[in-house]
Amino acid sequence: MSAFWGVVRRDLLIARRQGGSSLLAVGFFVVVAALFPFAVGADPATLRGVAPGVIWVSALLATLLSLDRLFQADFEDGSLDVLALSPLPLFMTVLAKVLAHWLVVGLPLVIAAPLVGVLLNLPLAAFPVLLGAALLGTPALSLIGAIGAALTAGVRRGGVLVPLLVLPLYIPTLIFGVAATAAAADGLPVAEPLMLLASLTLMALVVAPVASAGALRLALG
Amino acid sequence: MSNPAPTGLAVDDLSCRRGDHEVFAGLSCGAEAGGALVLRGPNGAGKSSLLRVLAGFIPPSAGTVRWKGEDIGDDPGAHRAVLHYVGHLDPLKPVLSAAENLTALARLMGGQILVVEALERFGIAHLRDLPVRFLSAGQRRRLNLARLVATPRPLWLLDEPTVALDARATAELEQLIADHRAAGGVVVAATHIGIEIPGAAVVELAGRRRRAA
Amino acid sequence: MTVMSGWHRFANPTRFSRLSARILPWTLALTLVLFAAGLYLALVASPPDARQGETVRIMYLHVPAAWMALFVYVLLAVFSGMGYIWKHPLADIAAKNCAPIGAGFTLLALVTGSLWGAPMWGTWWEWGDARLTSFLILFFLYLGYIALWQVFEDPEKAARAAAILAMVGLINIPVIHFSVQWWHTLHQPASVFRAGGPTIDSSMLWPLFVMLGAFKAYFVTVLLWRIRAEVAERRVRALQMMQAEA
Repeated sequence: MSAFWGVVRRDLLIARRQGGSSLLAVGFFVVVAALFPFAVGADPATLRGVAPGVIWVSALLATLLSLDRLFQADFEDGSLDVLALSPLPLFMTVLAKVLAHWLVVGLPLVIAAPLVGVLLNLPLAAFPVLLGAALLGTPALSLIGAIGAALTAGVRRGGVLVPLLVLPLYIPTLIFGVAATAAAADGLPVAEPLMLLASLTLMALVVAPVASAGALRLALG
Repeated sequence: MSNPAPTGLAVDDLSCRRGDHEVFAGLSCGAEAGGALVLRGPNGAGKSSLLRVLAGFIPPSAGTVRWKGEDIGDDPGAHRAVLHYVGHLDPLKPVLSAAENLTALARLMGGQILVVEALERFGIAHLRDLPVRFLSAGQRRRLNLARLVATPRPLWLLDEPTVALDARATAELEQLIADHRAAGGVVVAATHIGIEIPGAAVVELAGRRRRAA
Repeated sequence: MTVMSGWHRFANPTRFSRLSARILPWTLALTLVLFAAGLYLALVASPPDARQGETVRIMYLHVPAAWMALFVYVLLAVFSGMGYIWKHPLADIAAKNCAPIGAGFTLLALVTGSLWGAPMWGTWWEWGDARLTSFLILFFLYLGYIALWQVFEDPEKAARAAAILAMVGLINIPVIHFSVQWWHTLHQPASVFRAGGPTIDSSMLWPLFVMLGAFKAYFVTVLLWRIRAEVAERRVRALQMMQAEA
């Protein structure tokens, strides 16, 4: 287990030293969301209607933007070889890296979500559910994204392919995340979409590390 | 040439195919505990590929690699925990200090961590708090090789380890390899020139061959 | 090894070339006959629908295309799994060549669905239709799979990466379908393609089955053709490689 936390700590330390990863993701998140009033009009009722969707789409794009470096940096400097020689199974190494990615990118997005909610006139009553849904859903975004990042690690110009591979797989997370947030805004029951969101994340937790590890093995060869 | 000694590495009738062409075929060699193999051959002869097969990164297209009598394909997890692989790249993060890089890499490998000893051994202890982006190519290489000391493992796979090293650092590496072998370790190194590994068996790789029909 | 040998004997490229050369004329003939019969039944012999009139004839293209779109993806994933586990190039080539055909079926299903629905919806695209929306996502999955094949230089690596994506996609198809369905009930718009659709009379069922047979025969024909072409192409490349290295 110490090797697992070794991977997590290493990635967190690199992120902290490099700086800006969290800020970049949150900045992108807020800026994209802030575009929408200009696109759909400043009418508070309109904004309130689109707010759940805009928040989720922006968060999803911010995650996507950060995926590029998830394995690519380690591939380029040969660190992937060392990671592969860890006593951990490769899928656990992947899981550790995804956890670090979520802590650096996903968690700041969750924390910034209420801010975007305020900008888009989301009712205050919906904020707890928004936070809960974001906490449940963003890990799925990191996990599913890892598959795309791993498939294109070590491929020249592979980064441009990631959105095409990953975005279709994000749609269920988007649907349930938005549904929970919108239901909370309208005072409707939220248990069902939240539970479905949690089951998506659990499923991604099972599938993504194994699939990503398989893909990373190709980058080793 | 095949070596059934259960104390070290035994390569039997090994072939490696990448894409459409066969890199090498029918290769047999081995080294018992304390032994060493030196891989020689022109560029593209398959030295790097052989090292990556020995590390378990590439599955062989035919033949077997055994470590202490066990086929490495049977339990890849056990195999990767016994070896160090030093490739062409230095797996170092420019933003971290020398000590942080080495500690992080040693932690990934699990087991014993001897960062201070490793830095001292390669004469870079005074650089420990300097971010790696300020280090020269030779210093980075020494830091990379310090991994070998920081986490003891019995099998070393070294791909052109002396690149960017000066004469003194090369001598230090030679001594390190000698110590490692004296303690029962095995070393496989691909080198063009410049490093003395006494008593090592030389494996000549001929170059690209035609794909078997 | 004994389990594998049966599959390997069947999957030997030379054996495949010989076998497929014998099968191809028959599947080609079957395709032509079934298409001729199916189109006659669909366009001439079957009655117009009481509610939808002549537009119902689009169904004879749409339903088989939609069915094949899904079937081909499942087949692609199965081939991918076989190629991944047994490392057999023929399974990889089969999976790879399923993709453009499947994507074509999906596109046909989308276009015919849009044309069929347009008079009722009053728009060319209706997001409220869960099935069409699912097929749009299926089309994206096909595109991603095809694109992934293109970025790798080493065909073996490409095959393994694409196989992983195909298997992940296969797991996701029911999830996507369920979530879109769930989303659709949330927005409750009118749908023309609900399960069963407009009640299907037996006079419509026959042409539908014949068309489905025609699509299947067409798929088998084109797939065999494409695999043969790729096997030949790889052989040429291997020969060139041997010459270059000799």
